[in-house]
Amino acid sequence: MAGKRKVRPATYGLMAEFDNPSDAVAAARRVHEEGYTRIDAFSPYPVEELSEAIGVHQTYMSHIVLAGGILGGLMGYLMQFYLATIYYPINVGGKPLHSWPAFIPITFECTVLGAGLFAVFGMLAMNGLPEPYHPVFNAPNFALASRDRFFVLVESADPKFDRERTAEFLRTLGPREVTDVEH
Amino acid sequence: MSEKYDYAHEDVGIHTTPAVIEPGHTFGTVTDKISSIVLRKRTPAVWWIALAASFGLVQVLMLTVTYLVFTGIGIWGNNQPVGWSFDIINFVWWIGIGHAGTLISAILLLLRQSWRTSINRFAEAMTLFAVACAGMFPLLHTGRPWLAYWLFPYPNTMGIEPQFRSPLMWDVFAVSTYATISALFWYTGLIPDLATLRDRARSRFGQIVYGMASLGWRGSARHWARYEVVYLLLAGISTPLVLSVHTIVSFDFAIGIIPGWHATIFPPYFVAGAIYAGFAMVLTLVIPLRKFYGLEDFITDRHLRNSAKVMLATGLIVAYGYMMETWTAWYSANTYEEFMIRNRFFGPYAFLYWALIVCNVIVPQFLWVRRVRHSNLWLFAIAMFVNVGMWLERFVIIPMSLHRDFLPSSWGFYRPTMFDFSMFFGTIGLFFFLMLLFLRFLPVISIFEMRTMVPGAQIKEEEA
Repeated sequence: MAGKRKVRPATYGLMAEFDNPSDAVAAARRVHEEGYTRIDAFSPYPVEELSEAIGVHQTYMSHIVLAGGILGGLMGYLMQFYLATIYYPINVGGKPLHSWPAFIPITFECTVLGAGLFAVFGMLAMNGLPEPYHPVFNAPNFALASRDRFFVLVESADPKFDRERTAEFLRTLGPREVTDVEH
Repeated sequence: MSEKYDYAHEDVGIHTTPAVIEPGHTFGTVTDKISSIVLRKRTPAVWWIALAASFGLVQVLMLTVTYLVFTGIGIWGNNQPVGWSFDIINFVWWIGIGHAGTLISAILLLLRQSWRTSINRFAEAMTLFAVACAGMFPLLHTGRPWLAYWLFPYPNTMGIEPQFRSPLMWDVFAVSTYATISALFWYTGLIPDLATLRDRARSRFGQIVYGMASLGWRGSARHWARYEVVYLLLAGISTPLVLSVHTIVSFDFAIGIIPGWHATIFPPYFVAGAIYAGFAMVLTLVIPLRKFYGLEDFITDRHLRNSAKVMLATGLIVAYGYMMETWTAWYSANTYEEFMIRNRFFGPYAFLYWALIVCNVIVPQFLWVRRVRHSNLWLFAIAMFVNVGMWLERFVIIPMSLHRDFLPSSWGFYRPTMFDFSMFFGTIGLFFFLMLLFLRFLPVISIFEMRTMVPGAQIKEEEA
């Protein structure tokens, strides 16, 4: 760990700031095409093209939600089956103990609950949130990323990263400003 | 905009209907306008007055609940043969109001109705608070609310488990799932806006609180990509959820054999009624709100008119439900069913039934008239009628069916006590109290979604 810290570069990365989404998308696409891999972009609202531009095509969130739904539904049904027929069988109006149609509403609710919990907590986990501190917050004007500015970041951990050459390249993409991001 | 607007060509196409956001707004102005409601230092006096009034009603609720817990549910008017009354009426009334929030946030999102954007946050908050009020009634009706966890299956030393064939058990799962998913949906929607408030708050305290609540959201494109998928999927699962919840609420009655309850029309009729009541509540809240906070740019006349149309449509479904109840009673040739309808029309509570017909069937027909739909005052008045009407509907269904069922020897009469009323008005106070706190501390309109509506939000491609 200590050895790793020694070689850590002085900056976290370089941040290019844009005042409209179209320029940011075009720039992000160029950065991606240039071969940079440790990149990210920031916008005040979801811009589908921006995540496409940095190479995010599949989020796998739908798989997680599906898994949550199936798990919730199975658990809901099996719970009722086990409790109502094996653990605590009650005779209700002479109905069979395994009266499956009566178990469907709760199975459905558990399916939705499982899917919903997996959706929200899965999204937070995949995004690494909560994460109160992050180096990008040090970028000047980054507070405007939640208002009306768009940012493209190249991390210094990128194999192609070179402080001078990368900064020069970013400046050719028409940003308002290119700045260092401190750790 | 409004003076030049050509009303004669209303509704002929998307281009002639008024905008969902007034022109001239940018990412910055949308952000500043909405966040300034929360971040400004001075709290308007009217807000304090409203808060004090609703807080007073919360005290009434507290006193009632305290007395109830000390004494028992005998302080309410329900007794044999009317075992269910205000407790269940108010539960269903509140749950129904909540459903419009989910409808606006989920179903209209899936249907790509972009006008929903400026009212969805607000409507979701309405859902949460309405569900909170609704939940209190069955909880306290158990008489021993501190043992309410017995409703859930859990390993216990008593060696007993709940009875899953009962619709009341389904209701426990439906309502608790609904409350959980609504809260998650609402919070997920809030995260990016909390980040905006964190970045714009001037006080250290505000920065810390909103910073913690925003979980460190930084608007990363990778995060947004996952966020968008999850937001849509949550809408996708909330849509059948909201339908299932009110269907199950209607099963509480329809599974029973009481005349007036045992009807197959109940699920669709209850769901339509819920949306009807919910949109009435949306209008009741939004008309004064947008005036008071000057939000006419975002909550435009188009929102009010669309809500009025949804109200009219669902109102007609509800009216069809009333008709069908009557028709089925006659067609069944069942003495008890026929008597139930006669008792509704001419029995001791007949005036409430006719009041219901006036509120829910006759008055909303004025919404056919364009001039009425365009008048905020009229809309507000009609929404009030519907709020009252939907409450009366549950009164008609619940105590009115119970008080005279099969055997005349077991007939009775139900009269609510003052504690029934104090509990009901207390929850109205709680609802408004929570709503006012929400208005003061959280963005009432979804800021990040409003940004997507601003001209320039769409990407202009140079090539292709």
